[in-house]
Amino acid sequence: MTAYILKRLLATIPVMAVVALFVFLLLHLSPGDPAAIIAGDEATPAAIESIRQKLGLDRPIWEQFGIYVANLLRGDLGTSIFSNLPVLTLVKQRLEPTVVLAVCTLLVAVTFAVPMGVLAAWKARTAIDRVIMGFSVLGFAVPVFLIGYLLIWLFAIELRWLPVQGYRPLAEGVGQTARSIVLPAFALGMVYMALIARMTRASMLEVLSEDYIRTARAKGATTTAMLLHHALRNAAVPIVTVIGIGLTLLISGVVITETVFNIPGLGRLTVDAILKRDYPIIQGLIILFAMVKVLLNLMIDISYVFFDPRIRY
Amino acid sequence: MSSSANWGQTPFIAADRPGGRALDWLRRNPTIVAGSSILVFFVMVALFAPWIAGDPLGFDPLYRLKRPSAEFWFGTDQLGRDVFSRVVYGTRISLIVGISVAAIATVIGLLIGVLCGYYQRVDEIVMRVMDGMMAIPAILLAIALITLMKASLIIVIVAISIPEIPRVVRLVRSVVLTVRGLPYIEAAVSTGTRGLRIMSRHILPSTVAPLIVQATYVCSAAVLTEAGLSFLGAGTPPEIPSWGNVIATGRAYFQLAPWIIFFPGLMLALAVLAINLVGDGLRDSLDPRIARRL
Repeated sequence: MTAYILKRLLATIPVMAVVALFVFLLLHLSPGDPAAIIAGDEATPAAIESIRQKLGLDRPIWEQFGIYVANLLRGDLGTSIFSNLPVLTLVKQRLEPTVVLAVCTLLVAVTFAVPMGVLAAWKARTAIDRVIMGFSVLGFAVPVFLIGYLLIWLFAIELRWLPVQGYRPLAEGVGQTARSIVLPAFALGMVYMALIARMTRASMLEVLSEDYIRTARAKGATTTAMLLHHALRNAAVPIVTVIGIGLTLLISGVVITETVFNIPGLGRLTVDAILKRDYPIIQGLIILFAMVKVLLNLMIDISYVFFDPRIRY
Repeated sequence: MSSSANWGQTPFIAADRPGGRALDWLRRNPTIVAGSSILVFFVMVALFAPWIAGDPLGFDPLYRLKRPSAEFWFGTDQLGRDVFSRVVYGTRISLIVGISVAAIATVIGLLIGVLCGYYQRVDEIVMRVMDGMMAIPAILLAIALITLMKASLIIVIVAISIPEIPRVVRLVRSVVLTVRGLPYIEAAVSTGTRGLRIMSRHILPSTVAPLIVQATYVCSAAVLTEAGLSFLGAGTPPEIPSWGNVIATGRAYFQLAPWIIFFPGLMLALAVLAINLVGDGLRDSLDPRIARRL
């Protein structure tokens, strides 16, 4: 097991190396002078020159890549052009809202989607199944900003139950944070729910046709016991996989959701960086998000062992 | 080529069957009919935009932020522009982006995928590059590409296509690897058929069915991504009325004029729903084995 984890950890190195090379080349293979592009249309030659020096663009390209990788290995994701702060410091400042949003979205989606999927599989080919699967098809189609604005309009503007926008940090009390994160979590969670519900249904349907389910029923197991204990546990591996994969897919949704709800998280940091063409921040965030994605995938693979004892490495 | 194990031979590709059976096939696949009907509607709207709607760029400060009415079906925005006209013209952008990205990603992905599946030496290196690309969230990769170049519709299309390529490559490669081991390929090799011919005549046909399904999903993802990028201010140039741009202009006025966001948002959802319905229908009817793969 330890050997397997070690092997998988080593396998992430080439992937991250490709990401680093890609992010690095992105700036250098683009047509035109990267310093001039970053400086914008109205920059003076002096400003362009200062950016060129700040990014080390005046050195040979292989030397630049060497410095870039060495910095990354030391945990230095680069320095913002405008605020002069290390990207890592900016990330730390913006981390809390994004993590809270991701965790709440995960909770909301799993809590609703797994029971929906189980129900749809149990009542397969009935009206209940059709309604749940119809919801799932819609969930894939309706963009996160439309859901977000609909939720704001209904629950914040019309009913006045929840705040319109903004984020209250955990330091101000969990209750306040929860109130400010409910709508974003549901907006972002819709696609995720659709994905999990669909996979839960498919996986449950496969398991429900197995012999041991018939045995369980013959033994007199109640429907709830049969569904939860016998079926869901055995259907868990694909569901856990899709929950993990879904989490990595949420990242683009996070950027949009934080913009809709004005949440000062990593997504807003990205958007602000785009508007100011603060390229080191965008590069740093790409590396960071890619790393999160790679580690999540690793954790999914390792978690199989815990959910299905038949799998051994 | 009569091998029953070759799952490229699906009813869909057998185009030479009589028309009556085609109708029959449609009747058995209501989702495809529903989805493509909506898509035909959108194509019509895009083609006949100048006859349906007025000038999408014309503005009149006297008519700022007007509610939807008989005159302005979808209301007006903060400059007094007709949201209906802008949404109608936005259909063009969304369709162009969706179709172009699907075409580019599928063709390039197919080429790389077939080469990878067939030549093991290429495979090792290329698949590591694909793994790296897939580790980067699609929207961030697109944003990075767009911010570096002067924003234009073509750049947006290219930037959305690049992150979609690895998924197509993986799909094609897995099909090629499966087919490669089948007896009829071995037979072709043993009779001295050259690599290029084996690929084009014996392997490529098997990739058609899963690729068509994948292309529809790439298409709907591209339409959503374009809107998302424009919404964030990193997409299609703001002077072009795309659905995402219309929604982006509505952001600051949401409490006063929610219609600026709702109407283009609904159109977007409807278009994506239609493409997905066609994709789901094709997936289920082309081959049950693809259903499990995707």
